[in-house]
Amino acid sequence: MAHFASSRDLCPTIKNILLLDSEGKRIAVKYFSDDWPTNGAKLAFEKSVFTRTLKTNARTEAEIAMFENNIVIYKFVQDVHFFVTGGDNDNELVLASVLQGFCEAVALILRNNVDKNEALENLDLILLCIDEIVDGGMILETDAATIAGKVASHNVDAGAPLSEQTLTQAFATAREHLTRSLLT
Amino acid sequence: MAQPLVKKDDDQDDEVEYSPFYGIEKGAVLQEARVFNDPQLDPRRCSQVITKLLYLLNQGDTFTQREATEVFFAVTKLFQSRDIGLRRMVYLIIKELSPSSDEVIIVTSSLMKDMNSKTDMYRANAIRVLCRITDGTLLTQIERYLKQAIVDKNPVVASAALISGIHLLQTNPEIVKRWSNEVQEAVQSRAALVQFHALALLHQIRQNDRLAVSKLVTSLTRGTVRSPLAQCLLIRYTSQVIRESSGNTQPGERPFFDYLESCLRHKAEMVILEAARAITELNGVTNRELTPAITVLQLFLSSSKPVLRFAAVRTLNKVAMTHPLAVTNCNIDMESLISDQNRSIATLAITTLLKTGNESSVDRLMKQITNFMSDIADEFKIVVVEAIRSLCLKFPLKYRSLMNFLSNILREEGGFEYKKAIVDSIVILIRDIPEAKESGLLHLCEFIEDCEFTYLSTQILHFLGIEGPKTSDPSKYIRYIYNRVHLENATVRASAVTTLAKFGAMVESLKPRIFVLLRRCLYDNDDEVRDRATLYLKTLGADDTAAITDAKEFLFGSLDVPLTNLEASLKNYEPSDEPFDITSVPREVKSQPLAEKRAPGRTATGLAAPATTTSTIDTYESLISSIPEFSSFGKLFKSSAPVELTEAETEYAVNVVKHIFDGHVLFQYNCTNTIPEQLLENVTVVVDASDAEEFSEIASKPLQSLPYDSPGQTFVAFEKTEGPTVGKFSNILKFTVKEVDPSTGEAEDDGVDDEYQLEDLEVVAADYMQKVGVSNFRNAWESMGPDCERVDEYGLGPRESLAEAVTAVINLLGMQPCEGTEVVPSNSRSHSCLLSGVFIGGVKVLVRLSFGIDGQKDVAMKLAVRSEDESISDAIHEIVASG
Repeated sequence: MAHFASSRDLCPTIKNILLLDSEGKRIAVKYFSDDWPTNGAKLAFEKSVFTRTLKTNARTEAEIAMFENNIVIYKFVQDVHFFVTGGDNDNELVLASVLQGFCEAVALILRNNVDKNEALENLDLILLCIDEIVDGGMILETDAATIAGKVASHNVDAGAPLSEQTLTQAFATAREHLTRSLLT
Repeated sequence: MAQPLVKKDDDQDDEVEYSPFYGIEKGAVLQEARVFNDPQLDPRRCSQVITKLLYLLNQGDTFTQREATEVFFAVTKLFQSRDIGLRRMVYLIIKELSPSSDEVIIVTSSLMKDMNSKTDMYRANAIRVLCRITDGTLLTQIERYLKQAIVDKNPVVASAALISGIHLLQTNPEIVKRWSNEVQEAVQSRAALVQFHALALLHQIRQNDRLAVSKLVTSLTRGTVRSPLAQCLLIRYTSQVIRESSGNTQPGERPFFDYLESCLRHKAEMVILEAARAITELNGVTNRELTPAITVLQLFLSSSKPVLRFAAVRTLNKVAMTHPLAVTNCNIDMESLISDQNRSIATLAITTLLKTGNESSVDRLMKQITNFMSDIADEFKIVVVEAIRSLCLKFPLKYRSLMNFLSNILREEGGFEYKKAIVDSIVILIRDIPEAKESGLLHLCEFIEDCEFTYLSTQILHFLGIEGPKTSDPSKYIRYIYNRVHLENATVRASAVTTLAKFGAMVESLKPRIFVLLRRCLYDNDDEVRDRATLYLKTLGADDTAAITDAKEFLFGSLDVPLTNLEASLKNYEPSDEPFDITSVPREVKSQPLAEKRAPGRTATGLAAPATTTSTIDTYESLISSIPEFSSFGKLFKSSAPVELTEAETEYAVNVVKHIFDGHVLFQYNCTNTIPEQLLENVTVVVDASDAEEFSEIASKPLQSLPYDSPGQTFVAFEKTEGPTVGKFSNILKFTVKEVDPSTGEAEDDGVDDEYQLEDLEVVAADYMQKVGVSNFRNAWESMGPDCERVDEYGLGPRESLAEAVTAVINLLGMQPCEGTEVVPSNSRSHSCLLSGVFIGGVKVLVRLSFGIDGQKDVAMKLAVRSEDESISDAIHEIVASG
């Protein structure tokens, strides 16, 4: 019966991962739980989390707060606010390790230029990053280097100058250019 | 080729709100998505369009069914491209679009091809996508690949398969359960995360097989689990096994405790925290077991990481509810946390200190809190207010400073919930601490002079009407009440009129003045206010005593029909010549309110206040008086807490509440049917009272129907001899079972009679004792005098600890411990405990217990009882002597 915690409850579960800007607007968000069924409910949650945490100093160490039976762990870097939400019986340090993995992976992906514009310009990578951290609420990976490695691997930036590319990347780009010129 | 994402322009960076998605519009992006159909794909361009689509979804935009289908079909074309970056985006958007099952078929073959690809990244992601969108039929086709993937040497692939297994277990458990060999192999993986995912899946596969879980825990706690996350899981599983095996082990030799304790020395902080928390939550944890856990938590309190401080103080806060003394060692660290930047941590520290504090530290604490209150949010303030209320009930002598604190914060700014919490607390203190009544009422009067919340004003006016006339000088409240009639809205004015009438009815000397005031209300511009004034003037002005009694009955009597039923009846009433008849309102309470629902295991949060149970007895009383068979039993003396008569997770869950009356005992069986395919009818409990000779069954009330998951009650009543009669009863649940068609929810016509054995039930002496505290035990004891005192000494034999012996005696007597004396300091050799209560018949009883323990853990006890009746004093000794 429902009185007893099922095995699924025993497993740490992430309810959402939020990346908001310095005005509380979404950069990227991902919800894994049905606690917020509508977009309105999600926005309301984001707003309350954002305003309640705004004045705190979460720049050097991750901070923590409780919201209606949820634990939110958060950290701010420049104008980007990172949040990870879990249930109130989850281990705070497990949630913190997810946040840490997220923050550091984003820093690696954005080559330490963590700000809102960089994040939006690399939104595809940020979304892939969230996808590699949590799958359906289950923690998939928390090591930042591994996450960033999975996201960045083979992501060829064809528009970048050749000097910044590795040899294989350059080779691939050249081939792409060649086929394109042959076919047009 | 359309323009790529605009690169950032450094010049306008600072001035203009810049976003690469500025001015993005759904229709345009959907148009752009046509590039997916180009014969010559441009991977970069396609990736950008997918990113834009994902951006729209992320911002809360939605696609219509048709749009989603079109995008999905277009995206499937992209599997032709061999660009890895694009393929990743394709995986991502397929998951976001969550296609319907007939659409899924289009991508199945592409995904299955990727599942067998040489690229690990393809394999892992294809598994995750396919398992996310697939249904059961496809699963059998890919099962072979998934089993292989679970034991794949690449951890990313293995984790993808295991996590997918965890999700699929919800929908296709029978298939996933077949993988348990592979999963078991993966538990031994060298990759940390694989081990974590495998352990989670393995436990979920076996969770209904207690023996298997126990075996799993036994083998893994001996071995080496490398991953900290997996270790945390194992700790949770271990404490579950401990919880379920408790009861059949001797105290002192708790299984797996050594393992939990060894985890306190783990190098990962998350494991240490998990273990410490598991230890503090053990059933009946002893002080010796607690000590190492408290020690590591105390170290965390001074950590530089806020998360760690929070986790530690939250855990200690919970421990303080049950073992306040175990936490007192941390008080110094805790006090420094009052000024913590993080207000959640500060609040938890304050409430913990309030729980562990002793009488002498109250004043110092209050000073610290006063500074702290001004800069925290309302919801934290509520927590503090509730903690102060319980502190005040624990140390009634300190009511003056605590009441002052409450009235001070009542005057400050605050929202409704916060003000309500303060008012509720003052009301409770007034009710429980007689000395605090007059000052408390005046604080409330001052508050309504300037109260913006109609609800609170009316509640306070109602309360004033009941308590005010009983004070030494009722006239001083009149001014505050009559001011409401001038200054407030109609709702408050109407309740002020009623309150005035109550003073008039109760205090004869005030009646003429009240009449003058009420007459003025006759010119109010609101109907309700005028009507009330007219009614009260008429009824209170009557000459004969019968009419006055009627008026008092009307003013003070409670409405004896459930409010919801009355509301429903009034809505159904059609205006006609026939007046509304209140006796036509049904009195049956539809379903038992949530008061009895057990709180689920771990959800009690550190910030939650202890639940108050004051309203439970009122609920029971109105429930019982609504049943004609039992309404003649008189006033309900006491209702016990629900006693479970079935094991957890059985087909039918039954618990019983014992209602005690002067000459009767009524058993209320709360039944829940947990089988969706069954409807139970004519449910009764057959009680065998052959072991309870002084009880005789006189009435019972069957439950007509008990549908799935909708609790119902059946009752059995006994007549008993006067006094604290005890006895043992055996119970059988009898009923008619009808099959229910799950698709239609309709029951078949024919049923089968069946019965179900319940556990035995006992009526014990403690059932006849009400827990009623006294504010000053010494005064009460002195004023009771030694006339009916009975003193005797008892040997309690060897006990586990002094604390355990004290708790056992308190539970045996069922009395209220006073002045915090139920808590035994660790390592003490002797202890005094003060108890008070009201015995059946309304006799006040006070008890002084002195305990001593020797080296062999033999406990001796001296019991001194004072009451208003020596036979009752003897009866208390009787209880202890036979218990």
